[in-house]
Amino acid sequence: MKPIIDVVISGWGSYIPIYRIPVEEIARIWGSSSDHFKKDLLIDEKSVAGLDEDVATISVEAAKNALSRAKINPKEIGAIFVGTETKPYAVKPTGTIVAEAIGASEKLLAADFEFACKAGTECLQCCIGLVGSNMIKYGMAIGADVAEGAPSDPLEYSAGSGGTAIIVASKNQEKEPAALLEGSVSFVTDTPDFWRRPKKDYPNHAEAFTGEPAYFRHVISATKLLMEELSLRTSDFKYVVFHQPNGKFPIRAARILGFKKEQIEPGLIVPYIGNLYSGSSLTGFSAILDIAKPGDRILLVSYGSGAGSDAFSFIVKDGILAKQNRAPKVMDYIKRKKIIDYALYCKFRGKI
Amino acid sequence: MILRRVAVISYGMTKVDKHWNKSLRSLFGEAALNAINKVKNPKIDAIIVGNMCASDLSDQNNIGAIVADELGLTPITAYRVEAACGSGGAALLTGFSLVSSGVYDVVMVGGVEKLTDNIGKMISFSLGKAADAEYELFYGATFASLNALLMNRYMYVYKTPREAFADFAVLMHKNGAKNPYAQLPFEINREIALNSEYIADPIRLYDCAPIGDGAAVIILCSLEEASKYTDSFVEIIGISGASDTINIASRDDLLSLKATVTAANNAYKMAKVTPKDIDVAEIHDTFTITAAISLEDLGFCERGKFDKFLYEGAFEPGGIVAINPSGGLKSRGHPVGATGVYQAAEITMQLLGEAGKMQIPNAEIGLTHNMGGVGSSVYVSIMKRVK
Amino acid sequence: MMSVPRYWREIPYRIRLEAKKCKLCNYVNYPPRSKCLKCGSTEFEKYILPKRGKLLSFSIIRNPPIGFDKKTPYVIGLVELEDGTRLITQITDIDINELKIGMEVEQVFRKITEDGDSGIIQYGVKFRPKNM
Repeated sequence: MKPIIDVVISGWGSYIPIYRIPVEEIARIWGSSSDHFKKDLLIDEKSVAGLDEDVATISVEAAKNALSRAKINPKEIGAIFVGTETKPYAVKPTGTIVAEAIGASEKLLAADFEFACKAGTECLQCCIGLVGSNMIKYGMAIGADVAEGAPSDPLEYSAGSGGTAIIVASKNQEKEPAALLEGSVSFVTDTPDFWRRPKKDYPNHAEAFTGEPAYFRHVISATKLLMEELSLRTSDFKYVVFHQPNGKFPIRAARILGFKKEQIEPGLIVPYIGNLYSGSSLTGFSAILDIAKPGDRILLVSYGSGAGSDAFSFIVKDGILAKQNRAPKVMDYIKRKKIIDYALYCKFRGKI
Repeated sequence: MILRRVAVISYGMTKVDKHWNKSLRSLFGEAALNAINKVKNPKIDAIIVGNMCASDLSDQNNIGAIVADELGLTPITAYRVEAACGSGGAALLTGFSLVSSGVYDVVMVGGVEKLTDNIGKMISFSLGKAADAEYELFYGATFASLNALLMNRYMYVYKTPREAFADFAVLMHKNGAKNPYAQLPFEINREIALNSEYIADPIRLYDCAPIGDGAAVIILCSLEEASKYTDSFVEIIGISGASDTINIASRDDLLSLKATVTAANNAYKMAKVTPKDIDVAEIHDTFTITAAISLEDLGFCERGKFDKFLYEGAFEPGGIVAINPSGGLKSRGHPVGATGVYQAAEITMQLLGEAGKMQIPNAEIGLTHNMGGVGSSVYVSIMKRVK
Repeated sequence: MMSVPRYWREIPYRIRLEAKKCKLCNYVNYPPRSKCLKCGSTEFEKYILPKRGKLLSFSIIRNPPIGFDKKTPYVIGLVELEDGTRLITQITDIDINELKIGMEVEQVFRKITEDGDSGIIQYGVKFRPKNM
């Protein structure tokens, strides 16, 4: 898919909470070995949202960072979409809370999206459509989550908190385009690999089924479809960012598709902060934008259970260099950390 | 400019305590009868009553009607005046104004508070309303924590040792041990104070006034008429109230409560006295830090030298001015809306030589200092012995 | 129970830190008031408070008021912003033993509390140690 008007990235920004819990600490409580998580899944620590944080607060800081980079008047934003599976309210949009906090206009589209971990990139697709059809001037897409796994479940070791906001504009509007969208593809099927019913605190998952028929099928299909449509080969990309439920899946998907280690490693943030769910692939993408140079081509492929993948190809433009230092980078947030124990983790995440 | 001079012709109070068996009404009744029975049947023309928490903790407004009813004094006018913990002082100023202006001849000024009908969290919730609901309480600040901000800053700027505050509490208890009306009439020591549990760092339990119920009443009339009712009366020679911003963040200086300075200066001017002339004072020590700052604001102590003056005995009999012989809010107690009237009754007792074991010898001129919020509503009165 | 209109009405002031700057004497009235605190003027312009400041004083809440159960210990702070305006707030993302009067702090948008599990969520601005 490609919009009629060329769409560029005007700003990007992320936020990761300061707290971390090491997988060893979680393993200590349940008498498990942390080896599987550290060595096989490549997760050392995960980020933990503090007592006063939720998807709204994460989204607001990410949005403010994106605005600092874009240097636009928030009143010119025409859409603010928040993709998450941990909405602060089941009914009441997070988008409007973010809009008021950043001083956006009342003339605005604002809704929350759900598609498990790909809700954030779904928001991005919609912003691209609205900007690319000239309906709005700027669109802000946010992917953020404070997801948790059930106590002692494997997902407890990897479910982390954080998020990223991307602002898109039409190429003609943006004075310092950071990256140009070459095209995107969405690939979805009804595949119930991971889900949560309304009154439950924690999700369920189908264990091994979440691999080949779920993650790999959709990530690989979407990537192949995109490369076909745009007539691109794996060697055309400088960076590749996949959704990161752990370190193992994206590395394996990359290998299956024929990408090299150097392409996938720079955007691999899951070892430090865990799986940010709707924030995962977008935050990996943000980490790449923090370091990319004009001319680099970036592949971004999300995955959301239920299931589907959004794949995008971006070419980095000259405007990126001036923007990179205008806001804290993903690595700045990753380096800023306080280790907590399981007791504080339970208190912060409302498990007690 | 006042039209008539004003005298205090009687006083009455209840012990401050957790009065499980006494209600808001019966507490007021007890204090009022104590006052009424001391004098030759005065015809009360109006009742002004100070109270802060009845609405939250007793589900009761219209307190004026409540007390007029309780004393069978309807149809005289009666109404409540509210200025948080300064309600008593505000009631005193109001009563004084009514007599002084000639609108009424004999005015009963009372204060009553019934805090213990509810649990700690509710009491705290009600008392907290003295602060800024939208810009202080909204963030989870408690009334104690706002005062703790002053204490932390005071110690940072002046390098005052933490012990000085504990030692002030020790002094208050030393005085209160002699007060038959006090809620906590026992001595304590520094270790007890310093090791008591944190309320809001650095404020600990023994830096705070206790929670209790009580009522106090005084009766005012014009100075000229006073001898019609009694031989024992004193004159209110200076009185003033002042306000400051509701939010402590809007203040210029965190280490002085301007409303105290203003009210005190006005009262001193009206009374034609200076701080040096004050023999005895009942000041508002909700927290030990409140006492420290208030002593400076009232002119009894140099800025930042609270500890030095304390250790030199400035605040004890024979020093600069005897502070809180009643035990103050810390030991006598703080039935919030009544405290200001307790203070007025206590100074009256001092000037009449009727203070028993608490008596400060040769007390000629006394001062009361009552505060609502963190210095946002302050009332100062100065009284003089007549004979 | 936080009143919905009371919460909603203060959003511009508590969440965007909108203040009223006096056109006559330039004093920043925050929270906004009807007449300037310093000069009594009623002519104001909208003014957004600076995002950074320093900590003038702090206290630690261990006995929380109603609505703040299970959030202790938390820190109440008095912050002086870069333009001299002060406000009462919470200090977050900090260990109690790291608190120092004079430390530099920066504004963040955070959850203040929620009304049980069915009432509204109250957001506001807190401050954290300046590190980003």
